[in-house]
Amino acid sequence: MPRYFTEEHEWIDVEGDSATVGITDFAQEQLGDIVFVELPQVGSQVAKGKDAAVVESVKAASDVYAPITGEVTEINGALEDDPALVNSSPEDEGWFFRVTVADKDELEGLMNETAYKDFAQSA
Amino acid sequence: MRYLPLTQTDRTDMLERIGAETIDDLFVDVPAVAQLDGPIHDLPMHAGEMAVERHMKRLADRNLAAGDAPFFLGAGAYRHHVPASVDTVIQRGEFLTAYTPYQPEIAQGTLQMLFEFQTQVARLYGCAVANASLYDGSTACWEAVAMASRVTRRKRAVLSGALHPHYAQVVQTMAQFTGSTIASAQPAIAPDPDYDGLIARIDDETACVVVQYPDILGRISDISRLADAAHEKGALLIAVNTEPVALGALQSPGEMGADIVVGEGQALGVGLQFGGPYLGLFAVRDPKHVRQMPGRLCGETTDAEGKRGFVLTLSTREQHIRREKATSNICTNSGLCALAFTTHMTLLGEKGLRELAAENHRLACLAADRLAKIPGVRILNDAYFNEFTVMLDGHNAREIVRALADRGVLGGVSLGRLYPGVEALEQALLVAVTETSTPDDIETLATQLQSLLTETE
Repeated sequence: MPRYFTEEHEWIDVEGDSATVGITDFAQEQLGDIVFVELPQVGSQVAKGKDAAVVESVKAASDVYAPITGEVTEINGALEDDPALVNSSPEDEGWFFRVTVADKDELEGLMNETAYKDFAQSA
Repeated sequence: MRYLPLTQTDRTDMLERIGAETIDDLFVDVPAVAQLDGPIHDLPMHAGEMAVERHMKRLADRNLAAGDAPFFLGAGAYRHHVPASVDTVIQRGEFLTAYTPYQPEIAQGTLQMLFEFQTQVARLYGCAVANASLYDGSTACWEAVAMASRVTRRKRAVLSGALHPHYAQVVQTMAQFTGSTIASAQPAIAPDPDYDGLIARIDDETACVVVQYPDILGRISDISRLADAAHEKGALLIAVNTEPVALGALQSPGEMGADIVVGEGQALGVGLQFGGPYLGLFAVRDPKHVRQMPGRLCGETTDAEGKRGFVLTLSTREQHIRREKATSNICTNSGLCALAFTTHMTLLGEKGLRELAAENHRLACLAADRLAKIPGVRILNDAYFNEFTVMLDGHNAREIVRALADRGVLGGVSLGRLYPGVEALEQALLVAVTETSTPDDIETLATQLQSLLTETE
């Protein structure tokens, strides 16, 4: 299952015509203790590059952008009770939402893990 | 801040340093046509200080001030006795002059006060959480409507016809900029509010129903059926209260199922103050809605040594962090008015508030019974607290209020003043009676009203 990364520090796993989105380990480290995550509604449309969720830490509130256009099919309800999952397991249990993949071409231009590591290091 | 006097030499030195010859050189960017080149046209020469004092005194003497006459005005602003100790406390320099004193390291006094304020408001409203206050009741009402839209993701608000018209106007004004649809109405003259009519206006697009309790005509009714009807359609019930003293006698809106309770806190501790600054109260019944609340929140915590302390909390909802996505564009509160409210509430205590409410109602009943004895006068309400609607059949209430004022009685607020041009409401007069009204005041009002009505027949 290929994993892609954005310059806004989201990751996206694509499996067939479904994709899972979260924020990277680098992002959670920069944000500090996460206290709240506002997720999109299931059934709502998200558009590539547009804001889809909000993550709040003790110091800031930041937008999370959709890396791909699609319809939200599932959200990670566990974050409602335990937003700190984003800190402890950002790239696994702390996922944000799942979307349908409308256009696979949108994945072009996203980074792979190696490219993202270089990008994050130079940030 | 230090006062730094300037000498002419200081000025010359500064001008020289920046390369200007005269102060006027600093204004060369202002077009000549916009610059003042002499005295303002048509403005008379200034008068001497004593002449100005005499002039102002003559103007002031034309006022009939609240304390100078029997006073029965309400309609959203109530005259209550404010104990002298309230003024003493709020005039302490630590409270009076501090600006945004929210750093917990140095502002435990202010933060503790706000925490106690929130506790009092939450208990008064029957809610789980109250914020540290907003500007006034009407803006709090709009904030509640905006919050209901965030919670329900719907944009239609249904306002009861018996919501204070100024509150409805503030909501309408703000809604122009958010794209919300506001369905408002006017009060129908009837002994009880028309909840069936209100319920019929709720649909599947409705974010909230806004109802005032007691309402603009002073009527009191069980709002729990409105809460049920709103919830059935997935909407929230917003209850608005303009007279917090009433909640010393009545069941709280939160207990009856209102989701957001807002109101005006002026009646406790603040005073009439020519209409402001006032105190917006805001609370939510269900703790799950806290994140969508507007305004500042103060919380209790423990410090590094395990000692009890207070801090602002959930600030990421607010404008200075969340920018345009904040829950409100208001990032401040009415701190000093909140302190006055809390000081007064603390002095009263729960027992004192209940007694104050009982005294208000006792005097209001006395007044209503007395006025009802005047031929051509009837009391509209089936139920009321300290304010009720008097019907002056065949008379224009606005003119009667003016004529009463000429006779030295501030007799009430006419509905014609609140709803200009609405013929159906012209004969209605709102009369508010608080602990500041004496039986003699009530007798004076009744006598003068009776004599006026007889004369103008």
